[in-house]
Amino acid sequence: MRDDRVTIRFWAFGNEGENVQALIPEFERDNPGIHVMTQQIPWTAAHEKLLTGFAGDATPDVCQLGNTWIPEFAVLNALEPLGTYVTIAGESGLPDFFSGVVKMNVIDSTLYGIPWYVDTRVLYYRKDILGDAGFSRPPRTWAEMLRMCQVIKTRAKSRGILRYPIFLPTNEWVPVIILGVQAGGHFLKDGNTRGNFSGKEFTRAFSFLTSMYRDEYSPTGMSLITNLYNSFADGLICMYITGPWNIGEFRHRIPPALQDAWMTAPLPSLDDQIPGASLPLGTSLVIFRASKHKSEAWTFIRFLTARQQMVNFYRITGNLPPRQSAWTDSSLRANVYMRAFYDQLQRVDPLPLIPEWEQVVIRLQQYVELAATGTKTVDETLHEFDREVDRMLEKRRWIVEQHRAGP
Amino acid sequence: MTLRPRYRSGSPAVAYLFIAPALVAIGIFFVVPIVAAFMMSFTDFDIYALGSLTFVRFVALENYLRALDAPLFWQAIRNTFYFVLVGGPLSVAVSLGIALMVNSRLARFKSFFRTIYFLPVVTSLVAVAIVWRYVYHPRAGLLNYVLSFFGVSPVDWLGNPDMAMPAIILLAVWKNFGYNMLIFIAGLQNIQDDLYDAARIDGAGVWKQFLNVTVPMLAPTTVFIVVITVIGYFQLFAEPYVMTQGGPLNSTLSLVMLMYEQGFRWWSMGYAASIAFLLFLIILVFTAIQIFLRRRALV
Repeated sequence: MRDDRVTIRFWAFGNEGENVQALIPEFERDNPGIHVMTQQIPWTAAHEKLLTGFAGDATPDVCQLGNTWIPEFAVLNALEPLGTYVTIAGESGLPDFFSGVVKMNVIDSTLYGIPWYVDTRVLYYRKDILGDAGFSRPPRTWAEMLRMCQVIKTRAKSRGILRYPIFLPTNEWVPVIILGVQAGGHFLKDGNTRGNFSGKEFTRAFSFLTSMYRDEYSPTGMSLITNLYNSFADGLICMYITGPWNIGEFRHRIPPALQDAWMTAPLPSLDDQIPGASLPLGTSLVIFRASKHKSEAWTFIRFLTARQQMVNFYRITGNLPPRQSAWTDSSLRANVYMRAFYDQLQRVDPLPLIPEWEQVVIRLQQYVELAATGTKTVDETLHEFDREVDRMLEKRRWIVEQHRAGP
Repeated sequence: MTLRPRYRSGSPAVAYLFIAPALVAIGIFFVVPIVAAFMMSFTDFDIYALGSLTFVRFVALENYLRALDAPLFWQAIRNTFYFVLVGGPLSVAVSLGIALMVNSRLARFKSFFRTIYFLPVVTSLVAVAIVWRYVYHPRAGLLNYVLSFFGVSPVDWLGNPDMAMPAIILLAVWKNFGYNMLIFIAGLQNIQDDLYDAARIDGAGVWKQFLNVTVPMLAPTTVFIVVITVIGYFQLFAEPYVMTQGGPLNSTLSLVMLMYEQGFRWWSMGYAASIAFLLFLIILVFTAIQIFLRRRALV
């Protein structure tokens, strides 16, 4: 029998690449003319594979893309703008999607990706330890958080217990960027061509973070917390900022007796706007410009990003749906830990959309480590970091200037 | 009149004709990429250049200066030298030791052992890495289990910055010693038995025989093995790539890993190329030193 179906090549990564295959038979039944060939790629190799694929003219039709990678592929002019597809589909913009997440897919007012699942960070905390310290609910502001830290630390000390109220890992960029976003998010300046980390907003965020280490509210160095779940169960740490995947981990790894003792909450806020902003991370679906089957590719993306498929995908993988309407499904409502994520997703602020961003935050991590150990002052650290960021963005600056000078 | 053959034997033209296929292949797959990479190392070829070639600039020596100025580069240099200076001699010593045992007159099932010891060399590193990750597992690992009999408390081999490189060295030595062992065995078999007979008649014991017969007779083999091992070990990549991704805290980040990260993760191809040529320089110097020492030892 001759197969005259159109084949679209779909690259999907890691766990998602494995699980998305369960959704495809339904798509192929509904669209007999289209065959989806999925290639599963490990996350650790995904970025290299995509770039070499682009260099070698071998990009797929559809691909999932971490939304912080979109600026890079937009610079390469590798992605198909999706604005007109969305309009033709009768939706003006993407009103059902969390708006902070959609913004991560829009570069210079061009839409390049449709959010597939979202990932944001919330506060996980020990209800019992906070209660013991006299707090009946999680902190709503960082000022409140400081007071809690103080009380918890003093009480633990008086009883001779080693306890850290919060765990802000020095080898993660997430806590410091969250605080930066909450302080106003002016990470870069001059059209994202220079570092502005020594500006007053980020300095405020960074000083706050380093004070948490200085006052020993959070452990510095990584050797103390060898196993996060044990440390959380033992009460060595009481609060931790992390993502949705840890709901499952906490359920499995924290002893049954303590299962009622932990909860999730939206992030505290640096000002009075509750909740405090978090990050709109996640993964989008994109069409590559070189694709020869764009309309079929779009049909496939519409299928995967429809409400029902998002719910199905959540049930298989636990990945959070970016469509607000999907959250009314019973499977999401039944999960008490999900409430915090839904509330948090109402307030997620976008990050600078430049290809160098990932490099910048990975470098920032090492400066957090330096400041946490107190080897340098905050001002010294941030000025030095700005100089390094300026070096990283030198090429970008040159290109922007060329555009200005150009015809 | 005598007929002159068109080509006299010994004519270089014939020789060139014979090696032409190899030369063409080497030219296309070695010389051209090396020259291209060398030229690239003087440009700022990056992600923007991949998008449009108008965004490539000639930057002279800037990539090289940037590398020499970067703490991460020096960290990679330190890690790489650690690996070469500890792992290299260890690897050669283990290869020689096992070769002596396998080649011993007392040993039985020689070819069986040779095969067993050679197996790691031909096994895919990725498969090996999965097994070794279990061996190094802090809780369920075989190594910690064995050490616990000696009262050693569990070590987080791949998670502790001080232990990760020793763990990588152990894996690399285990994986690679079989190859050098075979060459040593070949070298050992070339030593004539009458030399040992003569030494025994002169009253030399096993240790003296080893020092005064085996070691000098093996010298050319040893030089070859040391040079090859050092060159290979300087290019440490696959072991940390599959085991630790260069971590924890960059403690297993080798020069080639740094180059790979810069080139394929951040697509700073110009910078990555300059690291490649710095590594080439280091290897060149080390090989030259070894050959120089060897020549002086012979005089």
